[in-house]
Amino acid sequence: MIRIAIQSKHFDTVPVLGEIRFDIAPGECVALVGPSGIGKSTLLRLVAGIDSDFIGQIDRPDAIAMVFQEPTLLPWRSTLQNLMLLHPGLESEAAQAALQKVGLSDKGSAFPGQLSLGQQRRLSLARAFAGKPDLLIMDEPFVSLDAETAETMIALTEALIAEQNPATLFVTHSHSEAQRLAQRVLTLRATAEGAVLDG
Amino acid sequence: MTVERLTPFLSICGLLLLWLAAAFLTDDPQILPTPFDLLPLFGTELASGELLHHLGATLLRVLWAFALAMTLGTVIGFVMGRSENVNRWLDPWLVIFLNLPALVLIVLCYLWIGLSETAAIIAVTLNKIPNVALVVREGARALDPNLDALARIYRMSGWSRLRHVLLPQLAPFIAAAARGGVAVIWKIVLVVEFLGRSSGIGFQIHLYFQLFDVAMVLVYALSFICVMLVVEWALLQPWERRVSRWRRV
Repeated sequence: MIRIAIQSKHFDTVPVLGEIRFDIAPGECVALVGPSGIGKSTLLRLVAGIDSDFIGQIDRPDAIAMVFQEPTLLPWRSTLQNLMLLHPGLESEAAQAALQKVGLSDKGSAFPGQLSLGQQRRLSLARAFAGKPDLLIMDEPFVSLDAETAETMIALTEALIAEQNPATLFVTHSHSEAQRLAQRVLTLRATAEGAVLDG
Repeated sequence: MTVERLTPFLSICGLLLLWLAAAFLTDDPQILPTPFDLLPLFGTELASGELLHHLGATLLRVLWAFALAMTLGTVIGFVMGRSENVNRWLDPWLVIFLNLPALVLIVLCYLWIGLSETAAIIAVTLNKIPNVALVVREGARALDPNLDALARIYRMSGWSRLRHVLLPQLAPFIAAAARGGVAVIWKIVLVVEFLGRSSGIGFQIHLYFQLFDVAMVLVYALSFICVMLVVEWALLQPWERRVSRWRRV
């Protein structure tokens, strides 16, 4: 069980997050929605363990993967190396299979700069799933994609989540995305003490 | 061979022509010999082993100072770029050392340490560290925080993070510092040798300066320029092309 118990998070003296408590069961997919700038990405960073400057406690598994808003690839390493460097235990065949699942099997030796944005996003997704994470965190993974590419990405994500069944927490602005992927939708709302969960 | 590839060669031919014209107008080989006047002298010095001995001595000093200045300057610049606290402390030092004339550091090192090889290399290294640190600090400030987060989330090992995440981002800055560094370092090494060593191109230039032998001054100076051009074209430029290969795809 992933347990999030945040009392507060400040940037200098400005409160960003107030008291936020929720659990994510193994295999459960939770969407986080709320207005822009309210602190959704900040909350994800705390859950991911990138930012430890907050009051509270988060129990999380060791095997975490994150899909960022931008593909966030290593542009100086090939597509295949982008998978294998972050997952040193991954065999070459497994890495090729991971690329094949996202339709990039013929792009193993290409640099990320040679891929379209949609392909870079798919590589980012393949990288996240290649390590078979217990917790998958996604920060607006389908933002700034055209409708067709976004649909392909959502379907791919849906299939990969169904296959590996990780606990998933993702931020989205789209209620339809949230309804489609998540079993539970959490909404952040602003208060004087920082953002808290609605309801 | 395309026009672009020929241009550097034509440019150097132009410089030689300019030199020939100036030598012709001066009409005094003691003041300005022609490039052809230097060839027999070059041959004699090469055959006697003198030229190689002094070239080797200078090159060794350049290599030592370059390696030390690049290593220390990169580490200092990186830490300053990553920690605002350290930067606040070290920035005034950087400004002072950047503005300290090379000659002052050389003289002080010779006075404090003595006319030794150590003093010569330390003097050159101290002169170059601030420039390297300045360039690498900008590189460290420009590091992508998302890649940092990526490395943390996927628990990359320290070595892997350094090799695959940090160094590739810093490479253009390190390359710029290295190329500027080599050019500056060898000039400072010559001054160091001129003032207090008994070997090296700088020492030979000092010797022939006292004998008012312009031809030999040019033989030694141009020989070392050729060595540095080889270093630039055979080592630095190919290395820079290799590390920035991914940018050109």
